[in-house]
Amino acid sequence: MLFDYLSVVVLLVLGLANIFGMMVLPKLLRPHNPTAQKLVAYECGENPIGTSWLQYNVRFFVVALVFIIFDMEIVFMFPWAVVFKEVYATSGPLPLIEMAFFIAVLAVGLIYLWVEGLLDWIRTIR
Amino acid sequence: MNIEYIAGIIKAVTIPVMALNSIPLLVWMERRGSAFIQNRHGPNRANIGPITLFGLLHPFADAIKCVFKEPFRPTKAHPIFYPLAPALVVVPALLTLAVVPLADHIFLMGAEIPMSVAELEYGIVYMFAVSSISVLGITLAGWASNNKFSLMGGLRSTAQMISYELSLGLSIFGALLVYGSLNPNEIARLQGETFFGVIPAWGVLMQPLGFLLFLIAAFAEANRNPFDLPEGESELVAGYHTEYGGMKFSMFMMGEYVAMVTLSALTVTLFFGGWQVPWVTTEALQATVGQPLRVLCQFLAFAGKTLFFCWLFIWVRWTLPRFRYDQLMRLGWKVILPLSIVNVFVTALVLLGLGWMKGTL
Repeated sequence: MLFDYLSVVVLLVLGLANIFGMMVLPKLLRPHNPTAQKLVAYECGENPIGTSWLQYNVRFFVVALVFIIFDMEIVFMFPWAVVFKEVYATSGPLPLIEMAFFIAVLAVGLIYLWVEGLLDWIRTIR
Repeated sequence: MNIEYIAGIIKAVTIPVMALNSIPLLVWMERRGSAFIQNRHGPNRANIGPITLFGLLHPFADAIKCVFKEPFRPTKAHPIFYPLAPALVVVPALLTLAVVPLADHIFLMGAEIPMSVAELEYGIVYMFAVSSISVLGITLAGWASNNKFSLMGGLRSTAQMISYELSLGLSIFGALLVYGSLNPNEIARLQGETFFGVIPAWGVLMQPLGFLLFLIAAFAEANRNPFDLPEGESELVAGYHTEYGGMKFSMFMMGEYVAMVTLSALTVTLFFGGWQVPWVTTEALQATVGQPLRVLCQFLAFAGKTLFFCWLFIWVRWTLPRFRYDQLMRLGWKVILPLSIVNVFVTALVLLGLGWMKGTL
């Protein structure tokens, strides 16, 4: 069991070595003479005005919040899905009912978002 | 030294090398395939003397160009996160490949060796956990470039990938309920039976809706057309990798193509029997042709299926137009997500009903 994770670590080390090989070793081969104009952020040839570390639309934040809620749900569903066949043989439809309750609580959240119009990307200002 | 350790190290070296070497091939397939679909010639000029190999030398010329290209870091870009972002895309893409089984276990000097880098009992969970790290890389790339196009591309990409990651995760639960396992090799082995002795019992037959939802989510997750809004070259220059050039740019490309291979491999493992050669179980095959040939047959079956799905990615890209962003979000949240939840419950109910009929309840 632990040995398997060891090979994952070996793979990780190889991946990092690969990154090193791709980012550092070509330094020996390629030219490097930066000028101020070359290092300006691309904005269709104009000089960029200000920074782009600005406030952005709150809709992205809402999507991220809903994602976290549902991702948690998925994590809790993995063990349920795996043992489902074994468990219902002994306890009947109980695991299904339990999971239905669990999803229903989260589905209320989804329905709320839906009704509130937070899932619509194009919104009219109210 | 223990044979298992040696085999583990050999596998950990060969499998990523195979994946990385498939990238030039896929790039070639993509460019030639698009030319084929659009009725034009495609790349055919790069040559060594008279050898052109149908344009197969173009990806190698591209690689050489990327190595020799001058690197630049925009003065306003973040000094740490800007170079870190491409690494965060490539490494998780490679790590996800660790649990994909290429063939059934082999027996060597009395040891049973799985034909994946690591056969984890919770391989599918591992796969989802690691593959979602690459979203961080894309977000960072968009933000750290300090470029307005990059920021917009990165934000769009993040919102798209996390929305469809939910559907990607939820759509496989039907299949997991049927198999009752999270071990990819075990899942592939369970698909070795046949219905009525003729049709291979692949997951796609038991989970047609789940497969469809999974495939759509996989296209969105790999940022491929019709969901390639993050790049959207006609509106956002190049999206989150506008400010990247040379080797860093090619790392994003590598991440994208490895993700494509990984998602194809996952599709094959979950829904198309993985390494199963149709109608032949491992034991029957091994008894007929011996172990080395059996492994080769299974590997070729797996590679063929995976290559087909890679081709499907390319095929769809050059066939369908791009979605609009509000359509994308509507499809993800209002169609695919509720449908995957329904799919899980319908599957669970059918399983209960089947159990009832068999009299286990």
